[in-house]
Amino acid sequence: MTNTTSTSQGPALEQEGPIKKFFRATEIDTRILGMVVALILVWCIFDIWSGIIRPNEGLFGGSFLTPRNLWTLLVQTSSIAVMSTGMVLLIVLRQIDLSVGSMLSLVAVATGVLQVYQLGPSLGVGHPAIWVLGVVMCLAIGTIIGAFNGFLTAYAKIPAFIVTLGGLIAYSGVAFLLAKGETVAPMDQNFSVFGGGVERSWLGPFWSWIVAFIACAAIIYAIVNGRRQRQRFGFPLRPVWAEVFLASVGSIVMLGTTLVMNSYAWPPKLIENFAKANSIVIPAGIENKDGKAICMAAENVVRCTEGFILYTGYSLPALIAIGVCLVMTFVATRTSFGRYVYATGGNPEAAELAGINTKWLTVKVFALMGFLVGVSSIISSARLNAATNALGQTNELYVIAATVIGGTSLAGGVGTIYGAMIGALMMQSIISGMSLLNLAAAYQNMVVGGVLVLAVYLDQLYRRNVK
Amino acid sequence: MAKTPAKKTTAAKKISKPVAPETHETPVAVTGSQTFKQTRAQPEGIPLIEMKEISIAFGGIKAVDHASINLFPGEVVGLLGHNGAGKSTLIKVLSGAYKRDAGSIHVEGKEVTINNPRDAKGHGIETIYQTLALADNVDAAANLYLGRELKTKMGTLDDVAMEAECRKVMHRLNPNFRRFKEPVMKLSGGQRQSVAIARAIHFNARILIMDEPTAALGPQETAQVGELIKQLKAEGIGIFLISHDLHDVFDLADRLVVMKNGKVVGTASTKDVDHDEVLGMIIAGKCPPGAIPGPGAMRN
Repeated sequence: MTNTTSTSQGPALEQEGPIKKFFRATEIDTRILGMVVALILVWCIFDIWSGIIRPNEGLFGGSFLTPRNLWTLLVQTSSIAVMSTGMVLLIVLRQIDLSVGSMLSLVAVATGVLQVYQLGPSLGVGHPAIWVLGVVMCLAIGTIIGAFNGFLTAYAKIPAFIVTLGGLIAYSGVAFLLAKGETVAPMDQNFSVFGGGVERSWLGPFWSWIVAFIACAAIIYAIVNGRRQRQRFGFPLRPVWAEVFLASVGSIVMLGTTLVMNSYAWPPKLIENFAKANSIVIPAGIENKDGKAICMAAENVVRCTEGFILYTGYSLPALIAIGVCLVMTFVATRTSFGRYVYATGGNPEAAELAGINTKWLTVKVFALMGFLVGVSSIISSARLNAATNALGQTNELYVIAATVIGGTSLAGGVGTIYGAMIGALMMQSIISGMSLLNLAAAYQNMVVGGVLVLAVYLDQLYRRNVK
Repeated sequence: MAKTPAKKTTAAKKISKPVAPETHETPVAVTGSQTFKQTRAQPEGIPLIEMKEISIAFGGIKAVDHASINLFPGEVVGLLGHNGAGKSTLIKVLSGAYKRDAGSIHVEGKEVTINNPRDAKGHGIETIYQTLALADNVDAAANLYLGRELKTKMGTLDDVAMEAECRKVMHRLNPNFRRFKEPVMKLSGGQRQSVAIARAIHFNARILIMDEPTAALGPQETAQVGELIKQLKAEGIGIFLISHDLHDVFDLADRLVVMKNGKVVGTASTKDVDHDEVLGMIIAGKCPPGAIPGPGAMRN
């Protein structure tokens, strides 16, 4: 018996090529790797294509792989990305929330009305309490609506699809009523910092590098600590080269992203205003009107490397999205709450028999989804500097699409937070890339829909082959 | 995804059925009957579990009618009967899934109240369900500790410690088990069964209820589970084995209890009765001379 198994396994191990060995040693999820490769491919194609139409300073001569576009991409993705992390847990739990878009509108409008019509006049415009109350209210309303959805699903036993479909219709109605059909604007000036559109919401190169170095240190610490733990119990260890490889890839990605963020200059008008406000005389740069320039030198448009220049660094919404991703990954993988969500999604009966209160768990996950909708509503309304009942329209579809493109199975039990983040980035890349190519919105919708279906098909193929 | 395992199990069943009578004569069965001779000596002392005069009715139907069974340490008692004979219902009263209408349950001589699964677990009664009740998408350690995770000082999951404990337990049950990092859905039926058993015994179970533990397994995996049961017996754990398969019961059990229409037909040592007599008990309720008749036995 043992002989036959060893002989049948022996050749297989010897035949294992360097590529297979590499993936086994580093424990890299090949599915996620495939997605990252697809994302990079999409980026390159858009850059080349846009370069053919209109040459620019991108990596391949287009306008996609420029610091400016990548920076904007990150800001645009943040709202959907934040919500998709919550949707991962919900779908893993075999539930769904179709109402996130309407919920976002409702939360934004309610907070907008509070800021613009109530707090502004009574406390005085710009009072610091306004933005604090605004943020707290967004998070609170979101959590309450989410918990309400969860309560109806778990305790009243109405299917989540129906509960949240009702919510999709009803919440946008409430939002319309609250706003009286108007656009509620402008938001409090402190509140609008969360949108990433004003200079105060940019971290600047110095702090961006600090963030990057802290992140690198954290990555290295996590890897070293994990290794030490496994050593303590005498478990099989990853080869040292694999650990070094993982640490360096993580650090390089972090530093590279920071470098890109730190290469995006402030818009010329803002630089000019800043110089005026701080009575800095902009030195005259070499005049350059080749159309690529985005900086000012005195009255002249110059290349950004000359004259006076300021770089943005990370914007607040991007940082919030990255922070939410980290916290949610921690929640999903390192807490018993996350473990219960996955176990319940895998086998609700087993979870129940193991003593997990699955109904209360459902309410908690829905409430968490609502909380994240609150976070997204802060970003969206601050970015638009206004709240309307159409603010979150169709967001639910993008959130679910991002989650599913990111490898979360609608059958439940399977899905990762970082996968959903990459899914969100992929979708936003396609949308903004096609805008750069001057394609009509109708084509964008067609392509995004197609990509969604294709991604799930490829995922199915992958899973079948791996088995 | 779900299609392939289903196909496998049906295939395994088809193979196992014709082979089963032969395997009974194989060395595995012989060693089985030898252990019976050594350990079977008429159970004495205080039973681990004694269920007295249990009755439970659903609507007008008496699912279990004044049934009494007992179980001694290190003993395997097979529970046999048709579908609807009441064996599963009786055992669910013990595991806390159903509340009895009448009767009493004694653990080591003391009367206990069991109203829900948690009560049962508190008395060291663990159940392994037919469907295994594992979360398929997480690994063995996560299943082992599901609902009672080990935490670090920070309050986060201590996966490393859980894996270490899991390696210890699994080594005891199934020394060849290596696949600690994979979700249990990728494991074989026998390996999954050993994870389920590990889950049950890790928290100091003294009484194990196994509902059709080999129903979904191939012949080799069935043998593996058989080995496990013998090992647990040797550690002094009492096991109730619910099964449709007479061969299984004769291989693994020390005593058997046959139920029919909610009543106990009879109790017998597996040594004192043969297959045909037990079949007679199951089908006709006829109690052979080797068995102690119960209230459900056919009167001559």
